[in-house]
Amino acid sequence: MSLTATAKAGPSRPAGTGPGPDDGRAAALRRTWRKASPYAYIAPFFTLFLAFGLFPLLYTAFVSLYRVELQTSGEMEWRGIANYTALFTDEYFWISLRNTFTIGVLSTVPQLAMALGLAHLLNYKLRGRTFIRTAILLPYATSVAAATLVFAQLFGRDFGLINYAIGLVGFDPVDWQTGTVASQIAVSTIVIWRWTGYNALIYLAGMQSIPHELYEAAEMDGASRWRQFIHVTLPGLRPTIIFTVIISTIGATQLFGEPLLFEGSISGGISHQYQTLGLYMYEQGWGFFHLGRAAAIAWVMFVLIVVLVGVNALIARRRARKEAGR
Amino acid sequence: MPIARAAKRATVRLGAVVLAGALLAACGSGSGDSSDTSDSAGGKVTLNVDLFGSFGFKEAGLYDEYQKLHPNVKIKQSDTQDEADYWKSLQTRLAGGGGLADVQGVEVGRIASVTQQQSDKFQDLKEFGADKLKGEFAEAKWSAATTKDGKVLGLGTDVGPEAMCYRTDLFKQAGLPTDREELAKKWSTWDGYLELGKEYKKKAPAKSAWLDSVGSLYGIMIGQEEERYYDASGELIYEKNPAVKTAWDTSVKAAEADLSAKLDQWSPQWNQAFAAGSFATIPCPAWMLGYIKGQAGDGGQGKWDIAKLPGGAGNWGGSYLSIPRAAKHKKEAYELIEWLTAPEQQAKVFQKQGNFPSSTGAIEKIADAKDDYFSGAPIGQIFGDAAKESPVQVLGVHDQNVMQQLTNALSEVERKGVSSEKAWETAKKGVANVIG
Repeated sequence: MSLTATAKAGPSRPAGTGPGPDDGRAAALRRTWRKASPYAYIAPFFTLFLAFGLFPLLYTAFVSLYRVELQTSGEMEWRGIANYTALFTDEYFWISLRNTFTIGVLSTVPQLAMALGLAHLLNYKLRGRTFIRTAILLPYATSVAAATLVFAQLFGRDFGLINYAIGLVGFDPVDWQTGTVASQIAVSTIVIWRWTGYNALIYLAGMQSIPHELYEAAEMDGASRWRQFIHVTLPGLRPTIIFTVIISTIGATQLFGEPLLFEGSISGGISHQYQTLGLYMYEQGWGFFHLGRAAAIAWVMFVLIVVLVGVNALIARRRARKEAGR
Repeated sequence: MPIARAAKRATVRLGAVVLAGALLAACGSGSGDSSDTSDSAGGKVTLNVDLFGSFGFKEAGLYDEYQKLHPNVKIKQSDTQDEADYWKSLQTRLAGGGGLADVQGVEVGRIASVTQQQSDKFQDLKEFGADKLKGEFAEAKWSAATTKDGKVLGLGTDVGPEAMCYRTDLFKQAGLPTDREELAKKWSTWDGYLELGKEYKKKAPAKSAWLDSVGSLYGIMIGQEEERYYDASGELIYEKNPAVKTAWDTSVKAAEADLSAKLDQWSPQWNQAFAAGSFATIPCPAWMLGYIKGQAGDGGQGKWDIAKLPGGAGNWGGSYLSIPRAAKHKKEAYELIEWLTAPEQQAKVFQKQGNFPSSTGAIEKIADAKDDYFSGAPIGQIFGDAAKESPVQVLGVHDQNVMQQLTNALSEVERKGVSSEKAWETAKKGVANVIG
């Protein structure tokens, strides 16, 4: 009906020649609506994004060019790129960058490897597997704060359960808070504990989209389960793996809650030994109230994440192309 | 059953009347004084009090008492244990101008920041007649909360005269004397204190150190000084101040002699150690008594004692109650803080929690106070003497932050065996980073 209406009304009535027939106007309205409605439907997201995503991003960039202190936030003093250049000579910035990287590797690599293994096991026919699948997501449902506080107790130097267990085996207690490697392992453990199940479920979903015939064929060829995993599961999961790697990279770059609550120290331990970039930004902004500097760190982190994700994507694409060429 | 129904009906009717009355009152006020409207049920005013550490008002039953005296007031307290966390969130809310309580606590290490940088964000209490209280407070306490142009931004709750708290049971096990007079003589100097520590270490029970942390040792020593990180003109002088150097060096000595339990003050481990007997002595400003009682619990009753501090009197900490400009019920808040900081109430808090009064009237009242928890130590006399003799300190804008960086660096010496020189460099870097 609307189609015929447009066909009739469209060309027959030149603009501005008095009131046209009613159905013509309705049709025009309908046409505009049809064109505009998709925009209206997506508008809520973009409005929210503009207000809470893009605006803060740009405003942060603006603030990062000034010296702003929280206590006297009305007074802004132009600094140009000095907030950024200062970072290059700031030892604590480099320490936190290095920590972010090492904790990122320490947590992401074992986490994804374990998730992959778990998913592979969960993919078998198990009794009560729905229960098990739900159960491995439980750590993810725990709040960071609660999990970290419990782990901080476990890793306590004098009264911690882990040191007690180590003592039973006959080793000296480890100072999990003070040692650089020890503290980073401890923080990574919390991350691994929280995210392994989550990634395992993503892998599991990916595995279930791999055609069953491939496994049957492999089995007919006499491939062991391990070989099936290497030659069927892994290639089939490649896009999923790339996705989790990117998500984990972003997560690792922004790591904040675990190191903050581990000892309740905003400087990431007495010698900044496990301070991540996120924590350093927080220390500058809400520990020392240097908002301009914190904003500069935030932007550096943003650029860093974009670069990391870009590199990830590039590697992924090159691999995909290689596969296609084979 | 019918009675219950009748009662129910009556309640409903009464509720309707009260509600209507409240609505009418709300309409009538019109002009928008929020104290009338915001807490509609029965016209009650809810005062939010946001504090850190242990001010002891609740423990001493002061809120209950005040609510009985003022039936229209309801007091809600929130409390953050670590002052650094508290200050962070307070600053964020001040900058945003929202979410502020009617009464906010301010630590003495922050009061210079309030009077010098943020005087426009806090209420001048003179508008409510705080002037007439001037004579009731110790001179230094009052002047620290007064701006250059004469605004009064806070009323003092307590001061932090210093002493040394110790565990008599651990001392006995290590074969040391436990009498407070005798100990005060033995550790009249800090060197004497360290020597006694070495003696303790020889025969100490397993897993028990002489001192909780070199951070608190440094803190208590720096409290004995008049000039610390800033001079009177507001210039940062900590690098060349010999007083800072002495406190630093003594702390390093204690760390190198392995006298401390290597704990981080205010950390969960530190809290656990109070009850576990991980350390035999802890430098204690008066407000620490309440903290010790809280952490060591009933099991510590009678095991603790208090002696005079080595090296003379000092002051560490003490707080103020302030009213932010953005508070909802300023007048009622002022009435509350005037009452809470009055001599009678300060004396009560001292008897219950040990926070030493800043009001001169209260100091007289508590001269004979003793504390059973601390083996009946004459706390009124010990802390009273210390308060009288302790120096009037020069306060600076970043006092608290500078102190934190220095104690952090000392922890490196204590826990990682870093050399004193290297740690000092770290501290300087840290301070530069803070002050930016």
